[in-house]
Amino acid sequence: MSNIPKHLKYTKSHEWVETQKDGTVKVGITDHAQDLLGDVVYVELPRPGRLTKTGEACAVVESVKAASDIYSPIAGEVVEANGALSDQPELVNKDAYGSAWMLRLKPANPAELDSLLDARGYESFIASEAH
Amino acid sequence: MLIFEHSKPGRRNPSQAPLDKAEIRDIPDALRRKKRPLLPEVSEMQAVRHYTRLSQKNFSIDTHFYPLGSCTMKYNPRACNKLALLPGFVNRHPLAPENFSQGFLACMYELQEILKDVTGMKAVSLTPMAGAQGELAGVVMIRAYHDARGDTARTEILAPDAAHGTNPATAAMCGYTVREIPTGADGDIDIEQLRAAVGPHTAGLMLTNPSTLGVFERDIQRVQKIVHDAGGLLYYDGANLNAILGKVKPGDMGFDVIHMNLHKTFSTPHGGGGPGAGPVGVNDRLAPFLPVPMAGKSEGGGYRWLTEKDCPHSIGRLSAHMGNAGVLLRAYVYARLLGREGMPRVAEFATLNANYLMAQLIQAGFQAAYPKRRATHEFILTLKKLKDETGVTAMDVAKRLLDYGYHAPTTYFPLLVPECLLIEPTETESRETLDGFIDAMRKILAEAYASPDRMKGAPYTTPVRRLDDVKAARELDLTFVQGRATAKGSATAKGSTSVAGATRT
Repeated sequence: MSNIPKHLKYTKSHEWVETQKDGTVKVGITDHAQDLLGDVVYVELPRPGRLTKTGEACAVVESVKAASDIYSPIAGEVVEANGALSDQPELVNKDAYGSAWMLRLKPANPAELDSLLDARGYESFIASEAH
Repeated sequence: MLIFEHSKPGRRNPSQAPLDKAEIRDIPDALRRKKRPLLPEVSEMQAVRHYTRLSQKNFSIDTHFYPLGSCTMKYNPRACNKLALLPGFVNRHPLAPENFSQGFLACMYELQEILKDVTGMKAVSLTPMAGAQGELAGVVMIRAYHDARGDTARTEILAPDAAHGTNPATAAMCGYTVREIPTGADGDIDIEQLRAAVGPHTAGLMLTNPSTLGVFERDIQRVQKIVHDAGGLLYYDGANLNAILGKVKPGDMGFDVIHMNLHKTFSTPHGGGGPGAGPVGVNDRLAPFLPVPMAGKSEGGGYRWLTEKDCPHSIGRLSAHMGNAGVLLRAYVYARLLGREGMPRVAEFATLNANYLMAQLIQAGFQAAYPKRRATHEFILTLKKLKDETGVTAMDVAKRLLDYGYHAPTTYFPLLVPECLLIEPTETESRETLDGFIDAMRKILAEAYASPDRMKGAPYTTPVRRLDDVKAARELDLTFVQGRATAKGSATAKGSTSVAGATRT
């Protein structure tokens, strides 16, 4: 089964969210998502300063199979994008929850984080998706 | 090996027929080439052998079964080619006066009429040069229609999540935002989600029917009512027209605009980058906006071009002249060879072959993605179980098929279905060929369980082994530098598509 760390929050579109000490959040895609995508060959990230709405497409991950949008899990402002991914897109396959974080967001409304799935909720969601 | 690698400086291969010396008068001196162009310097024999060898390495419908789903790789009758190459057609100049092109114009006029009839649309323009351009023309017409009515608040195009990637791309090109509509568990569009998504912002819905999941959209009448009631238009992606040809008309399903891939359904060459043809058909609402030129009848009998003068609301021209003339001619001959009686037989045998193949492969131990649904002209297998149990992926199976002499089916499309193979046998294959394919699939399945590692190295017998598509995408390099290729060995293979790699058309 996929690796689903307990301390993260998740979306139904397979992003993970990790709250940082300073109140910003890191966003990436889950191990399950990278497994579905296959070898990632390109990652396009937003510029810092961009405002995102909940569920808005804000990045693109391209694999040998498909190009997929990454959706902003919450509303906020992009404060940092992970530049390392432009040279090493393969990090998404190797270390989805670590060095392959994609962006850091400053939440517009921190309470919105409570609406995201927890690890158990995400696990049962992907179980229901598989048919 | 490239022909440049056979090259030796100074080797010449003069023409064996006497040639008039070319004279250049009109090109200013400053623009004339001073150095010889970089051309391969080889003998005639070397050139002949090089290109003959390349053609033998080619994987083509002329030599092998090619069940590439969604692409309809069927046989192109030689007669179409032969008639399209008649000197009167080949030597015709597109700018020659109409009275010198009456034969060609008559063929185009009749092709328009045939396509109108078989799709149930009111007017057809042949000018789009490929499916994607047909799509563009279709959505530009949808936009023109709404604009002409002052209905400018419609900013959204809907498309099912199973749609061909070109649908959302086309909508985006036309300035629309795209909204995905999910698919239900049985492969039909999710009606409640569609109902929730439509509104005064809906410009239209782009739908492929039969869908990319290889099933007929059973709710099409409800779908069309929901979209039309909201003021939107219905776009028919004709990629899968093969399955319903002469049986059901998209016009009768309520579609307002359709593009047809003549290079699929009407059997003109494609798949090797050859020119396509993507005519558009429309109902009365959109007829004024069709792209020009079209073939029309002139008052004194005979035919003439209809241009912007005749069609002032036209969205304009899509190419310098009128589409890919040679391809249109081939499609015309194909349609005439089939006749009205032949068209439904295309659909019948296309679906029969697909259903036979699906039933036999299920018996052989494969899983269909939609086992409860009858296949249309194509169907989807999901190899998820195989991957979970052995680690062998749909891609491994596809590559192994090449060793058995079969082109791989489409892999990993549609994206909704994990580890999928989209298989389309087409109506032009015999039962023996299908049985051969089934046999190969059965052997591969057994092999996958017995020695999964061996599958990872496939193909073993093709001119090039498995290409590194990840490296090719990550380090895209399509340049050829003389002298470097031999040293690095793989410079040419790096950027090229694998034998089984052409998945989308």
